[in-house]
Amino acid sequence: MSYTLLTDEDRKEMFRKIGIDKIDDLFADIPENILNVKLEGIPEAKSEIEISSLVSDISESNSLASVFKGGGIYNHYIPAVVDELSSRSEFYTAYTPYQPEVSQGTLTAIFEFQTFMCRLTGLDVTNASMYDGATSLAEAVMMAVRTNRKNKVIVSRSVNPRYREVLKTYCWASGIDYSEAGITELETDYETLPDLIDDETSAVVIQSPNFFGTVEDTAKAKSFLEGKKAFLINAVTEAMSLGYLKSPGSLGADIVCGEAQSLGNYPAFGGPLLGFISATEKFMRKIPGRLAGKTLDSAGNEALALTLQAREQHIRREKATSNICSNEGLIALRAAIYMSLMGPHLFKLGSYNHNSAAYLRERLSGKGFSSLNDKPFFNEFVMKAENPESFMKNCESDCLDPGIRIDSWYPELENCFLFCATEVNSRSQIDSFINQLQGD
Amino acid sequence: MDIIFSKHKKGKNKYSVPQWKGEDYSLDKKFLRDDLDMPEAGEAEIVRHYVRLSKMNFGVDDNMYPLGSCTMKYNPKVNEKFSKSEKFLSVHPMAREENVQGSLKIIYDLSGYLRKISGMDGVTLVPAAGSHGELTGVMIMKKYFEDIGEKRDTIIIPDSAHGTNPASVAMCGFNIREAKSTPEGDVDIALLEEMLDENVAGMMLTSPGTTGLFDRNLSKIADMLHRNGSLFYGDGANLNATLGKARFADMGFDIMHINIHKTFSTPHGGGGPGAGPVTVVKKLEKYLPVPVVVKDGDRYSMKYNMPDSIGPVHSFSGNFLILLRAFIYINTLGAEGLKDVAETAVLNANYLKALLTGEDGYNLPIRRNCMHEFIVNDRGFPEGITTDQISKRILDYGYHAPTVFFPLIIPHSIMIEPTETESKETLDRFAEVMLKIKKEAFENPDLLLNAPFSTPVRKVDSVLAAKTPVLKWEDDK
Repeated sequence: MSYTLLTDEDRKEMFRKIGIDKIDDLFADIPENILNVKLEGIPEAKSEIEISSLVSDISESNSLASVFKGGGIYNHYIPAVVDELSSRSEFYTAYTPYQPEVSQGTLTAIFEFQTFMCRLTGLDVTNASMYDGATSLAEAVMMAVRTNRKNKVIVSRSVNPRYREVLKTYCWASGIDYSEAGITELETDYETLPDLIDDETSAVVIQSPNFFGTVEDTAKAKSFLEGKKAFLINAVTEAMSLGYLKSPGSLGADIVCGEAQSLGNYPAFGGPLLGFISATEKFMRKIPGRLAGKTLDSAGNEALALTLQAREQHIRREKATSNICSNEGLIALRAAIYMSLMGPHLFKLGSYNHNSAAYLRERLSGKGFSSLNDKPFFNEFVMKAENPESFMKNCESDCLDPGIRIDSWYPELENCFLFCATEVNSRSQIDSFINQLQGD
Repeated sequence: MDIIFSKHKKGKNKYSVPQWKGEDYSLDKKFLRDDLDMPEAGEAEIVRHYVRLSKMNFGVDDNMYPLGSCTMKYNPKVNEKFSKSEKFLSVHPMAREENVQGSLKIIYDLSGYLRKISGMDGVTLVPAAGSHGELTGVMIMKKYFEDIGEKRDTIIIPDSAHGTNPASVAMCGFNIREAKSTPEGDVDIALLEEMLDENVAGMMLTSPGTTGLFDRNLSKIADMLHRNGSLFYGDGANLNATLGKARFADMGFDIMHINIHKTFSTPHGGGGPGAGPVTVVKKLEKYLPVPVVVKDGDRYSMKYNMPDSIGPVHSFSGNFLILLRAFIYINTLGAEGLKDVAETAVLNANYLKALLTGEDGYNLPIRRNCMHEFIVNDRGFPEGITTDQISKRILDYGYHAPTVFFPLIIPHSIMIEPTETESKETLDRFAEVMLKIKKEAFENPDLLLNAPFSTPVRKVDSVLAAKTPVLKWEDDK
């Protein structure tokens, strides 16, 4: 199959108009010895029917066995409206809104996304999206460093280990001094944290709810920064928590960043995702990425345009706040649609998530699992397995792949699993999972 | 303003979420928010709102979108169909490997295709966009010199480069030296020779260049860099011009990124998601970011144990659903089809250039055969009418505007990239419109000065937007 549209007749006429005899006359600037080298290892062209059966077959070797698995990607219900509307090709086949006169649809969706995220995080400014949670954290740290011109970041070990690894990569590349704060009882060790903070500290990063699901005391972390001119960065991997728990901004976060996949988007094997950065007003001109802002058109009507572009790479080049160009526009649009539909019900949805997880935790207790403490959590929690190998083996034979084993990241949490429950898990589904475990 | 927040009325949102049945485990109130401020609109109203918004947008499915350097080609629907398969959508990235063999196969096979297309040895599909690929690539360059124990702190970037190049380099702590272009659009190699010293880690070059021209000294540049111990980075933003025709490795590049959402037909989504794979020559392979998908017998797995890797650059493995579309695209077209893409894209561009730049046509600052795109500008237009007005008038005729005012080395650029998925008839019509606009500029300049007239909103004041930034909806404003 091919998507080109020229006929042989067209080609002849076009050659004539250009004044060439053969197509390679147009490729004459490429050295002859490297031109038209045959591509080996590329499959044969196919018909749509053949493609369909090839891809269907491949998809069949995936199986949807994961249950109660979170750790940065969450399985939430996606309302039909989200898929339906985001499939409109006026949205998905458009480019970045460089010509605002024909891009008000995309710009409005970005502006709505910015507004929704500001309201959820309790902060003033949100950008049009970042690639994912991990890179949004890396960019948030770079924004902090750029703003207070200090070079050290302290990251709690309760931050998602994948995020910490990506942040380390970025810190190495850009010369930021990375260090970690310890954990105790599945949360940041607030006893030892103050001693780590010094005059060179640009930011402290706490994730809440953290990797273990625990709701952290970010207000306490903030209190350690009083008078220090360092920022509190609150990372969030489960954006569903923002509709339920106190907003990070109200607890003192200067920057909130992370992953908003939960708001209307699929796990999709980890991408595309939806990174975001929200911040207080003072970061307005320091924030990376696109921003949609309000203005007027020549007839005096309200309109939107990409704005404060003097921060960006296409204007400022090496002095830009980031190199980011394409972000996750369509995924942000989906999130805006999702939040429009959920509206105030987000709180109730959050409450269901918590109840469902709390029920799962209660049912797992004594069935080969025990809790480590009673710290408040949202929809994820850690439990220790008495016999992790037999648990995993039994689940495997039942074609289930529950939770995430975390001791490779946290050797001190030997045999511990991270479980998650959301609105897709009903009470009866949890009951049957537990019964299945007992049956084994 | 038509925005969801302005539709708010308490009690209007009747969407329902499940009610937890059973004991209430709610957290203590002190943890919970009591200030959730969300608008209430009804489902039918929400649907109409976003459908209305979509109609204020312009996509490739509407009409020709000749946005230079962005390769706005048709986005095949079969790609979209399979990117909505439950078996691809709902798999968790930390699922047991045996349950995601299908997704891993897609990544593995696509990795192989991109190696062949670029002629390189190693590949990562993890970067989520072109500039993310650039950043990853520059990190690999940094790691390489750290590893071989050379302190090189400078990267050369031509004055014609995309802004992402210098921005990516700066994020990795390198200094930048700017290479100059000749009036004919090639890199000035005499000046380049003077810039090369033991501090130069490498050079980034878009191929073909942002002027739409293939650099006639490319092999010489590669030799000069390699003689200097430097690496040669190829920005693959314009890969559509050479797809299946010539390989970046053969051109002398050591490392490149590929914009999947340009060359491989995946939709741009109004600003992403894209994907920006990076391919590298053998000596750089060990520095690729983790994870890399490997195959052992019939089984695919993710390899994290790579001691020399720069580390991970994404939460998981990149934008899988975008990569899936590229896999389908390559399987649809095959090797010959890929080559046909480049040939047709280049033919379309040269034909359109010929139509536009005849007598009474547009000024062509560099008179050479172009590759997949070309640049004209506003020279020869009446005083007071510039590229800005021309581009707005194009919108009135139902086309998207070309890329304007880029690259910076040509004054008031209008960069036109028709792509291979436009018919001769469409090119003819577009050329007629462009020539008519030039006539209008002389005969009725108000049509340009006040354009656009027929778009959903009139000319948008970008200066005002930046002067008093309003970045979120507030009910009283």
